[in-house]
Amino acid sequence: MSQAAVLPQQVATRRWRRGAPARVPYVVIALYALVALIGPLVIDYDPVHTPLTDRLLAPGSQLSSGGVAWLGTDALGRDILAQVVYGARTSLTIGLATVLVACLVGVTIGVVAGYARGWLDAVLARITDVLQAFPAILLAIVIAGVFARSVPVVVLSLSVTAWISFARVTRGVALSLRERAWVDAARVMGVPVRSIIVRHVLPFTVGPVVALATLEFALVVLAEAGLSFLGIGLPTGAVSWGQTIANGQQYLETAWWISTLPGIALSLLIINMGILGDQLTARYGQRRTRS
Amino acid sequence: MVVRRLLIGVFVMWGAASVIFVIVRAAPGDPAAVFLGPDATKEQIARLTATLGLDKPLFEQYVRYLGDVLRLDFGESYRLGRPAMEAVFERLPATVDLTLTATAIAVVAGLALGLVAGSRPGGAVDRVVSAATIALQSFPTFWVGIMLVLTFALGLRLLPSAGVGTPAHLVLPAVTLAFPFTAIVARLTRSSVTESMREPYVQTARSKGLSERQVLLGHALRNSLIPVVTIVGLQMGALMGGAVIVENVFAWPGLGSLVVDAVANRDYAVVQAVTLLIAGIVMVLNIVADVLYIRLDPRIRTEARS
Repeated sequence: MSQAAVLPQQVATRRWRRGAPARVPYVVIALYALVALIGPLVIDYDPVHTPLTDRLLAPGSQLSSGGVAWLGTDALGRDILAQVVYGARTSLTIGLATVLVACLVGVTIGVVAGYARGWLDAVLARITDVLQAFPAILLAIVIAGVFARSVPVVVLSLSVTAWISFARVTRGVALSLRERAWVDAARVMGVPVRSIIVRHVLPFTVGPVVALATLEFALVVLAEAGLSFLGIGLPTGAVSWGQTIANGQQYLETAWWISTLPGIALSLLIINMGILGDQLTARYGQRRTRS
Repeated sequence: MVVRRLLIGVFVMWGAASVIFVIVRAAPGDPAAVFLGPDATKEQIARLTATLGLDKPLFEQYVRYLGDVLRLDFGESYRLGRPAMEAVFERLPATVDLTLTATAIAVVAGLALGLVAGSRPGGAVDRVVSAATIALQSFPTFWVGIMLVLTFALGLRLLPSAGVGTPAHLVLPAVTLAFPFTAIVARLTRSSVTESMREPYVQTARSKGLSERQVLLGHALRNSLIPVVTIVGLQMGALMGGAVIVENVFAWPGLGSLVVDAVANRDYAVVQAVTLLIAGIVMVLNIVADVLYIRLDPRIRTEARS
């Protein structure tokens, strides 16, 4: 066997091995996205349909309808697997919507404040001071609890604090860019401020913002689960991991799976989001502690 | 320096009070009708609206509200039938117990984990600890609480699953709340220990012939304590937020279970009192951490003076 025939293969294997663990979060997150997208099309779930003969069945039990409850059933005979799948859709939808809103608001405010400085920047600093006096989850509980139950209200209640970190990061980037040569050149040539911001400042915020968005997504999904665990925010028909975990709390002794399994689903997603966020931050990010 | 911090603090409290005013006023439903319950007559509602000043222009209501906040008077809780502030102060000690114990656990465990991980960066222990900190930070606290109950209260029957009374009741809620903060302290300690292990004074200590243990505890750890103090102060908001959730898992009679109950029942007097009290605590502790940070580190102390 000649060396030349073996080497490229070895190199490829080695590269794959080194790269493989780093790709795990992408695969896991893609899997969650897939489940959230097509899971509800494959599995039927009706929160109002409560076959009481099937209540509190252990994982793997036979249902009265003939099917198998792979993850067991809850106290009302509803399938846990279906709740995990539908819960994934709820969590990902709210997470994406909130990060989108927070990102749009935060990046706009941050980039303008960092570029313009002056009173605008000072106002931003004071607003964040005030909002950060409240624990984020407490503000979300109050806002989501006081207004009518709905998904948009939950998104709003979580966005109220989530935009701050986006504003802070983009402000930092904009602040460091405004003195750079190409920005000066654009200014001297009389390019309007709006175009300078959009074409010469904004593109540089993309890396840090994507890294931050991943971490924020994890925080938002956790916060949403917390809200629905407390029974605040989502409309009664909605299925959410936090709600299923809360429902199982009083049956812990007899049916551990109700609270345990959705929690594992939630934890796995957050862990992978966190790892991915750390990877991206190491690559593109600014240090988050810098203000 | 301190005066400036305090001035910002006063501003922040005014802002926080205003945010709560806006949220409560924007909420659907008539506060007077909520207060009196479903059986109230129109005349009763109208009379209460007048006494509460809810028929006045919004700005006048706002000024009056700010005055009430200054006097710590948030009005009567319609559910508890007594001043909201009284109920809130009654619940405060339980939350203080919980958060202080959790902080102590997080600092001790986090320092220990960070120290063993940071003393040999890249080693097996380091990798295990980093993996553990990611997990600790990612688990939803309410789920961690339920899993601990499942294991230690229902499975091993070692500890009570909920409620208060004995010190044993405090263990599970405090450990649950400490989970994410242990991870934060461990990460921070690890990075500052590895950093200071490269500093000249650690080399000096080593060349003096001190044992590795003495170098770690006497030199590397001591300098890592300063950022830990700061992070504990800065994480106060997150800690109080975590307490709100944890208290509800364990039926812990603190501010967190009070505020969730009040929100669910539209008891706005209590909601306002709790949120502003928590905002005040967070703000004061942030200032304390800032000032302590400057006091503790001689390098920054001289910098701040010059």
